[in-house]
Amino acid sequence: MSIPAQSEGPLVTKADAAPGDTLLKVTGLQKHFPIKKGLLQRQVGAVHAVDGIDFEVKAGETLGVVGESGCGKSTMGRLITRLLEPTGGKVEFEGKDITHLGVSGMRPLRRDVQMIFQDPYSSLNPRHTIGTIVGAPFRLQGVEPEGGIKKEVQRLLSVVGLNPEHYNRYPHEFSGGQRQRIGIARALALNPKLVVADEPVSALDVSIQAQVVNLLDDLQQELGLTYVIIAHDLSVVRHVSDRIAVMYLGKIVELADRESLYRAPMHPYTKALMSAVPIPDPRRKNAKSERILLKGDVPSPISPPSGCRFHTRCWKATEICKTTEPILVELRTGQQVACHHPENFEDQAPQDTVLLTVAKEAAELVADEVLAESAETSAAVAAEVAEASSEAAAVSDETSDSTGSTEAEAGAQESTDGQN
Amino acid sequence: MLAYLLRRLFAAAVMLAVIILVVFSIFFLVPKWAGVDIATSFVGKQADPAAVEAVRTKLGLSDPIFIQVWHFFKGIFVGRTYAAGGDVTHCSAPCFGYSFRSEQAVWPVLTDRFPVTLGLALGAAVLWLVFGVAAGVLSALKRGSMWDRSAMVIALGGVSLPIYFTGLLSLAIFSYGLGWIDGKYVPLSQSVGGYLGGMILPWVTLAFLYAAMYARITRATMLEILGEDYIRTARAKGLKEQVVIGKHAMRSTMTPILTMLGMDLGALIGGAILTETTFSLPGLGQAVLTAIKNQDLPIILGVTLITSLAVLIANLVVDVLYAVIDPRVRLA
Amino acid sequence: MTELSKTGAAVGEPTSASPAPTSFLEVRDLKVHFPTDDGLVKSVDGLSFKLEKGKTLGIVGESGSGKSVTSLGIMGLHTAGQYGKRKAQISGEIWLDGTELLTADPDEVRKLRGRNMAMIFQDPLSALHPYYTIGQQIVEAYRIHHDVDKKTARRRAVEMLDRVGIPQPDKRVDSYPHEFSGGMRQRAMIAMSLVNNPELLIADEPTTALDVTVQAQILDLIRDLQKEFGSAVIIITHDLGVVAELADDILVMYGGRCVERGPAEKVFYEPRHPYTWGLLGSMPRLDREQQERLIPVKGSPPSLINVPSGCAFNPRCPYADIPKDNVTRTVRPELTEVGSQHWAACHMTQEQRERIWTEEIAPKL
Repeated sequence: MSIPAQSEGPLVTKADAAPGDTLLKVTGLQKHFPIKKGLLQRQVGAVHAVDGIDFEVKAGETLGVVGESGCGKSTMGRLITRLLEPTGGKVEFEGKDITHLGVSGMRPLRRDVQMIFQDPYSSLNPRHTIGTIVGAPFRLQGVEPEGGIKKEVQRLLSVVGLNPEHYNRYPHEFSGGQRQRIGIARALALNPKLVVADEPVSALDVSIQAQVVNLLDDLQQELGLTYVIIAHDLSVVRHVSDRIAVMYLGKIVELADRESLYRAPMHPYTKALMSAVPIPDPRRKNAKSERILLKGDVPSPISPPSGCRFHTRCWKATEICKTTEPILVELRTGQQVACHHPENFEDQAPQDTVLLTVAKEAAELVADEVLAESAETSAAVAAEVAEASSEAAAVSDETSDSTGSTEAEAGAQESTDGQN
Repeated sequence: MLAYLLRRLFAAAVMLAVIILVVFSIFFLVPKWAGVDIATSFVGKQADPAAVEAVRTKLGLSDPIFIQVWHFFKGIFVGRTYAAGGDVTHCSAPCFGYSFRSEQAVWPVLTDRFPVTLGLALGAAVLWLVFGVAAGVLSALKRGSMWDRSAMVIALGGVSLPIYFTGLLSLAIFSYGLGWIDGKYVPLSQSVGGYLGGMILPWVTLAFLYAAMYARITRATMLEILGEDYIRTARAKGLKEQVVIGKHAMRSTMTPILTMLGMDLGALIGGAILTETTFSLPGLGQAVLTAIKNQDLPIILGVTLITSLAVLIANLVVDVLYAVIDPRVRLA
Repeated sequence: MTELSKTGAAVGEPTSASPAPTSFLEVRDLKVHFPTDDGLVKSVDGLSFKLEKGKTLGIVGESGSGKSVTSLGIMGLHTAGQYGKRKAQISGEIWLDGTELLTADPDEVRKLRGRNMAMIFQDPLSALHPYYTIGQQIVEAYRIHHDVDKKTARRRAVEMLDRVGIPQPDKRVDSYPHEFSGGMRQRAMIAMSLVNNPELLIADEPTTALDVTVQAQILDLIRDLQKEFGSAVIIITHDLGVVAELADDILVMYGGRCVERGPAEKVFYEPRHPYTWGLLGSMPRLDREQQERLIPVKGSPPSLINVPSGCAFNPRCPYADIPKDNVTRTVRPELTEVGSQHWAACHMTQEQRERIWTEEIAPKL
C-alpha cells in the first residue's frame, strides 16, 4: 500500500484530524516504578514518576512540557507513546483508548505516533546506514511508498535538510545536529500525526540548536504535525510551544497558553523556574532582587511531600498546602493552575495564613538525605510540623476542614481544639 | 555494614544447604535410578548377597530418600552411627561416610589433603597478585612502550600455554636438567625449607598462568580508570602523581581484580587437578581424580562439598572486601 | 625587542619573549596540540588574554572550540594525565602572579595546583571519587598544601561545607558523593576547590549538569564567594546567560582561537564578530518578546584536525564574501582593537561590521 501524500513533491497535511480537534487526551495518568528489595523481591515502595496528570493535545498545536530532572516529564512522554504501560489512568488517541494496548494492538498506532529522542549519538544504530535507519519504519509497517523506499528516504533526507546522496553513510560520519535531523527524518517517515520529542535539542551546540528548532517549526507548518515537546530549557520551550505544561514531582502544576504563562505565571514554582533562567544580558547582572532563589533540591519522588508537593520549597506555603492537595483548575481562560495561593490572582485559601516556616526548614534538611532514609522523612517532618503548629497561636478553621491522616495534622488539630 | 554482612552470611548458609542437597541427590539418587546398586559396588562385584544386604542395612540405603538425606545432614553436623545387627560403627562429626575402596573415613582424607591444596592456591595467589597487578599497572602507565608490548605478549603466552606444558617444562629445566630443585612435596610441619623447595615450581607455574590474566585485566581497568574525571580532580588538587595512581586509581582498579580473585581462589581450592598431577602433589585434586577412576562416591562427594564451601567462603570474603572498598555496595 | 613590542601594540596583544606581565594571570599565544592517528588536533591555536584578581572572565564557545583544553592547559593538566608517547604539545606563555607555568618545574606547578589555582568541573558526580567520603576528599585537598593534622583539616572541611551552604555540615562531611544530590555535590566540589583560598578559580561548565533552579543557586554561590575571597575566576560555558550573569569580560572562542574579546557589555551590545552574532541569534530569549524565528548559524563547527584555512568561521559566515580578494579563505584574521579593551578577529572593516550589526542583526534579536 502507499500513502499518496508522501510521494507527492509538495507536502500535504493528513486530513483525518482537523486542526483544533482533540488528538490526544490524557486523564489521571499514573506511572509508579516499584522498588523491590531482599531475597523475595518484596515491593518496599514505588517511584511516583507520574502521579495523576490530565491534559489534552489538540491537532496542529505544540504542547511544551517543562520541569526539572525527576519531575516525570520523560516518563510522561514514554507513556503517551506507549513505550511504557501506565499504572493507572487513561490515554486516548483520536478517541480510542490506547492505555493498555499490547504490542500488536499498538502497531497501527506506531505509524501515527512517533518519538524523537534526546541523544542523537545513542539513538541511531551505528552499524546501519542512514538509508536503513530512516527506511526501517516502512519495512516494519510493511508500507511500500510510491517510487520505492529508497526514493522516499532520500526525499525525507532532503526535507530535514540533509544531502540525499548520503543515503549510504553511517551515523558516525555525521555531526550531532545532523544525527538529530536523521532522527527527525525517521520519525517523519510514516507521516505521523503526533510527534513526541524528548529533549530534542539539549544535547546540541547552541548554534545547532537553533537549526533544529527552526526545522521542527517548518515541518509543523508544512506537514500540519502535532508536537509534544519535552524539555528542561524554558526558553526553548517558550519558543516552540503554543501551550505549556509545567511539571513538578509527577504532577502538572500549571498548564497554560504560552503568552499567559510567561506574562503572568500563577504557580509559584513556574515563577521561580522562570526567574532562575540566566538572562543573557549583562546589564541585568545585578538585578538579583527579581530572582526567586528556591532552597534545597527537588524532594524524592519515592515519598513525595503531602498536600501540595511544592510546599517544602515554596515561600508562600501555609498550613493548607501541607495537608490538602490543590487541584488543577482553570482560574483564567486557558490557564490551569494547581495552587492554593496563586501568583497574579486572588488567593484561593485566604483564611489560611500560618506559614510553615519550621516545616519548610525541616523538610529542606531531610530532603537531601539519602534515599534509604526518605521513608522516615514524612514522620520527621510531621513531628516538626506538629510542634510548629502548636506553637502558632492562631490556626484557622481551614485546617480542620482539610482531610488527611498524618500525625502532624492530628497534632495540629488537637492544638486547634485546645485554642478553641 | 553489619546488616550487609549478616545478609551475605545468611545467603551463604542457605546456599550451602542447597548445595548439600543437590550434591547428595546426584550422588545417591542418580545411581539408584540408573540401576547401579551402591551396596554392591561398595562390597565388590563378586560379593555374596548376605554381605551386600548387611552393607545395605548398615548404610541405610533401603531407607526412604528423605531419611537418607537427614542422616547425611546429621552426619556432617553431629556425627552418625552405622549399625547392622551387632556390627556398629560410630562416625563422629563431621562425618562424610567411608571410602568404598579403602574403607577409611572420608573426613581425615579431606583434612590430610586440604592443606596441600590450600597452600598451593594461596602461595600462587600471592605471587600472581604481586606480579600480575604490578605488570598490569606498569603496562598501563607506559602504554604503547616496548615494556607494555613485551609484557602483553608474555601475558598472552601465559594465558594460552596449558599448565601441563609449562609445568613439565619447568620440571625438566629446573629439576631434572639443572637439578636446582628436588621437586618432592614435603609437608610444612616437617621442614619449612623442604616445603618451599617442593612448592616453588608449582607456585610459579600456576602463578604464571594467572598473573598473565591479572596483568591483562589490571592494564585494561587501569587505563579506563585513568580516564575518569575524579583522577583529573585528584591531579587538580595538586596531588603527586604517585599518590594519584597509588591511591585514587588503585582503589578503583582493585574492584574487578577482587571479583576475579574470589572466583579463582575458590576454584583452585576445589583442586588444581592439572598442577597437582603434574607435580605429584598429594592434594584434593589428586584425591578426586583417583576417586573418580575408582568410582569412590563418598570421596567425590566430600571433595565436592569442600570445594563448594571454599567457593562460598572465598566469595563471602570478596563481598566483604567489596563493601569495604566501595561504599555504594553497602546500600545494596 | 622594539619590533616585538610594536607588533604587540598593533594587535593589542603582547607576543612572546616580552617581560613578565603586571597582570595577575596572563596567557600569551597559547597553543595546545594533540597528535592523534588522524592528524594533529589543534585544540587551542594561539590564544592570549589577561585577567586581574577579583575579576571574572567568561570563555564562551561550542563543543570543540578549545575552551576546556585552555583551562586544562593553565592548570597543567593537559600532560599530567598522558602516559605513553602521545603527549600534548604546548607552547606559549602562561604567567600566574609572576611565574611562567610552562617553563616552570613540573613539581612547582603541581604545588601551585589546588593552592593558587583550583578548578570546578562540569559533572560533580564523576569528578568526585566514589569511594571516599566528601570529608576525606576535602581533607586531602587541604593537607596537600597545609601541614596540619587530620583533626584540624577536618574542622576546615566542615567550615567550608558550611560556607557553601550544605546543611548539617558536621554530619554530611562523612557522606559519600552518591549520598548527595546533584546540587549538593557541586557545592561540595566548590568547597573542595576553595579550601586553600586559591587566587584563581577555573569553573568548567559548572552548572551544565544541574537543574535550572539549582543552577541559579550555584551561580549565586560562585558570585558571593568571589566577592568574599577576591579571587580571579574563569568561567567556561556554552551558555551566554551564565556568562552574562557572572563575567566582567568575555572571550568568544571558535576553532581553537579567540574571535572576540571584550567587556561583557560590549560583547553583548556591540559584538563585532559574525560568530558572536550567530550565537546571540541562535538563542531563544526569555527576556524579550517572542521572536518569530531564531537566526541560526548554518553548518557545523569545524573539525580541529582540519580547521578551514583563512578565517576558521568562513564556511559558516554569511558575510564571508564581503572582504575583497577572497581574503577570508586565505588569510587568518588577527585580533584588532574595535573599541576600548574590545578586540575582534574579522576581515570586514569596522564600518561594515557596525552597519551589519545595527541594521541587520540587532533589530531581529
